[in-house]
Amino acid sequence: MHLFIGSFGHFLVIASFVTAIVSALGYAFSVSSKSETEKQQWQSFSRIAFITHSIGSVGTVITLFFIINQGYFEYHYAYSHSSSILPVYYQISAFWEGQEGSFLLWIFWNVVLGLILIKTNKFWEAPVMAIFALVQAFLLSMILGVVIGSIKIGSSPFMLLKDVMDAPIFDTNPDFIPEDGSGLNPLLQNYWMVIHPPMLFLGFATTLIPFAYCVAGLWIGRFREWIRPALPWSLFSGVTLGVGILMGAYWAYETLNFGGYWNWDPVENAVYVPWLILIGAIHTMIAFKKSTTALKSSIVLSLSAFLLIVYSTFLTRSGILGDSSVHSFTDLGLSGQLLVYLLFFLIGTTVLIIKSWKHLGSDEKEVSTYSREFWIFMGATVLCLMGFQVIIPTSIPVWNAIVEGLGFESNMAPPVDQVEFYTKFQIWGGVLIAILSGTGQFFWWNKMDQSKLKDALVGPVIITMVVAAIIILAKGIQNPIYIIVLISGLYAIIANAKILIDRWKTNINLSGGAITHIGIAMMLIGILFSSGYSKIISLNYTGRVWSNDLPDEINQKNLLLFQNEPVKMGDYTLLYRGTKKRIQGYNGYISSNELFQFSETHVYTLQDIKQDDQVIFKKGDTLELFNPETSYFKIDYIKEGGNTFTLYPTVQINEKMNMTVMSPDIDKNFGFDMYTHVRTFPDPNEESKWRGRKDQDVKIGQQFFANDYVSTLDKVERIFDVDGVELSEKDVAIQATFTVQGEEKNYSAKPLYIIKDMQAGMMPFTIQDLGIKLSIVNVSPESNNFTIGVDTTQKDWVILEAVEKPFINILWLGTIVMMIGFGIAINRRYQEFVKMKKKGQE
Amino acid sequence: MKKSHILGIVVIAVAIMVIISTAGDASTYVGFGKAKELAENGNDKKIHVVGTLAKSPAGDIMGIKDSSDKLSFSFLLVDNEGITQRVYFNEPMPTDFLRSEQVVVVGAYHGESFLASKILMKCPSKYQEETIEVGQA
Repeated sequence: MHLFIGSFGHFLVIASFVTAIVSALGYAFSVSSKSETEKQQWQSFSRIAFITHSIGSVGTVITLFFIINQGYFEYHYAYSHSSSILPVYYQISAFWEGQEGSFLLWIFWNVVLGLILIKTNKFWEAPVMAIFALVQAFLLSMILGVVIGSIKIGSSPFMLLKDVMDAPIFDTNPDFIPEDGSGLNPLLQNYWMVIHPPMLFLGFATTLIPFAYCVAGLWIGRFREWIRPALPWSLFSGVTLGVGILMGAYWAYETLNFGGYWNWDPVENAVYVPWLILIGAIHTMIAFKKSTTALKSSIVLSLSAFLLIVYSTFLTRSGILGDSSVHSFTDLGLSGQLLVYLLFFLIGTTVLIIKSWKHLGSDEKEVSTYSREFWIFMGATVLCLMGFQVIIPTSIPVWNAIVEGLGFESNMAPPVDQVEFYTKFQIWGGVLIAILSGTGQFFWWNKMDQSKLKDALVGPVIITMVVAAIIILAKGIQNPIYIIVLISGLYAIIANAKILIDRWKTNINLSGGAITHIGIAMMLIGILFSSGYSKIISLNYTGRVWSNDLPDEINQKNLLLFQNEPVKMGDYTLLYRGTKKRIQGYNGYISSNELFQFSETHVYTLQDIKQDDQVIFKKGDTLELFNPETSYFKIDYIKEGGNTFTLYPTVQINEKMNMTVMSPDIDKNFGFDMYTHVRTFPDPNEESKWRGRKDQDVKIGQQFFANDYVSTLDKVERIFDVDGVELSEKDVAIQATFTVQGEEKNYSAKPLYIIKDMQAGMMPFTIQDLGIKLSIVNVSPESNNFTIGVDTTQKDWVILEAVEKPFINILWLGTIVMMIGFGIAINRRYQEFVKMKKKGQE
Repeated sequence: MKKSHILGIVVIAVAIMVIISTAGDASTYVGFGKAKELAENGNDKKIHVVGTLAKSPAGDIMGIKDSSDKLSFSFLLVDNEGITQRVYFNEPMPTDFLRSEQVVVVGAYHGESFLASKILMKCPSKYQEETIEVGQA
């Protein structure tokens, strides 16, 4: 029992919580102090408090990771999220698999960001850090693990297993420590899951910065000045949150088996909406100087972005989503606490906005259609409406809860086909954004009137039409909506490219906007092709009608493949080559029929294993498995006219967690991805069902058929050593050698016939790959005739789905372009901030 | 009328449209009885039914029928009101299906048969774990 470390960790949590409150109060006093010296004193004091808080928080992170790393399974967190065979990089994933760990990750990022803000700000430090420290206190209270009366505040990650679980073992043995943890969810055992959550939580944490600047500005009466320091951070937040979301999408594409990268799951939506609002905020913040409307919108949108992050935290962690999401967190009974925070921030910011409103003034003049502000504002409006359209249906469980809370009955369920439902709105949002981003840029950089606008647009529009026409004809695009999406996306790319060329001629530092918009438009086109034209290759129409009531033709999306039996599917011929395993330190795949797994991680070989006629492992070698829980289904794709490739979709079976996870394998090409995942396969725990032995007489050298395979009896001989059987002098052992011609290679089968202690017995030989069991039933040496038994079973099979996804790489490429654009924009805005700071203004 | 007013009206119109479409496209949780009633009244909208797999008194799951090509299957689902119904699903049986504690089917009646287009399962995963595996310590 390592009791000290847990108490130490819990102490650090409480210390960080207290110092966060102290720091928040101190900074608040600094803001409200009248005299300059008093301001400074409070500020220095609070700074020390925040640094102490930072040390405590980082210490908590280290302590929890130490517990996981050392495998102290007396702690509930380590027990339920890790196990002793987990490599270090997955221990990192295990760290934030649970709610408490993910809160800690968020806290950690806030600490890092807070320290950077203290370092870079002079004027804004006190009010901004007061907000920061307050939010930190809230976050820490989620993992506080303190019970006051009957109220539980937070759930501590340092709880002992025996205090959490009511298992009978603890009655008999209070000091019981489980030998091993229950392990990390197989879905999270992916390298993207090591880096995606930190990125996403960095995105979460950064939304606090524009929020904190905005609240600070309204608080101290600097209604306009907060925007400049907040802008580079908003851009940073926009890119980290955006990239965090897309990393999650890429993880889903590579690991999950719903066949895509985006499923409009409530958890995905819950971060997509704040991102949209944040992007809207960035746009109005850029335009605020000449327009009070833009200033007001900037305030509302920056505050909303953070509030929506808190709301998404509430949705995913309170358990309210229940059945409607695949990956929300477990309910820790903290929904009340989360709701209180959500309402606190919501009401607090609303009051602040109402109080400040009259100081913001209003525009005297109606904004002109030819002004840059108008176009930016249109863009922000579209982004907000897109967000609204997603958040309303995503909140259906919340609406149900509210209606039921009021005493009525409500049984609303999410839309049946979420992808179709959301797409039919969002696709138009995408089109509008593309058109606005293409056109708006011209207004942004040039003073426009009607004739100038014509001149500016005529070039890009003509090029767009030509390029679009070529693509539409080449790809045979007929769907009018897709044509509109394609044209608008191309237009956005071409118009922004024109702007980009102009900027390169003048000042490259100003090209961030154009590049980001090109990236977004590329993503739109990538999404259009990969989703709109994703083609299920395994589609067939052999659907059996089970009941006369059912619709006649049901498309089958899946294909059944028996081992070594080629099946034609579209332009491809598919061949299932059996289930494989991977060995530590060996690059290839080894048939699982050639291995016997005797422990969680180790196997020994049942026969010599050859590669290109070279024996690489000898019979009886003990080998360590790589990814021991995972099996690989080898699928060959043979395309007419060359191009053959092999995919290895996988299944990971985690016995402890009772989970079976199937992941796709993807053949990545520039033009399209071939995506394949296994839907189902024979239950490995189920014994194969043999059809019953059929006997026949054969002579040596004679050919016969076994399960339709040509087989030959090569020789029969007496042997004197049999594995696992002790033979005395009187006993006889006879071994027959058969050659069976499989599709892929020849197999050799050696059944035995043994007479031991006057009793005859058979030792059949099974060739799993071919589904055959051969045995010697009788030997008549006089006639040189042998009776052999052939038993057959179903061959190994898989059912898979194969989908072609064209141009998905444009989506990922667009993401990278977008990141570069954001980077340039952040740099420019940060330089502006530094300039103003040097002047002593900020 | 000012441009900002027009924009405001457009925004409100879109917002109302969104809410109406959400209400319109939202599915509902019902039992088989109600689902059938809906289908008989000509409402072919897909609904959600929550239930458990039918079990024999001994606790074995009953009534699973696999098609010969393994590409589709059907099963008996008992909804929360105790009504048992055969559900057809045109996909291979999900791996964890027989282990699931609760099944949500999304689909509709076609005459007497219920055809599911989507199945959601609640499996006893680690999250509901209440026992500790005691090995040979």
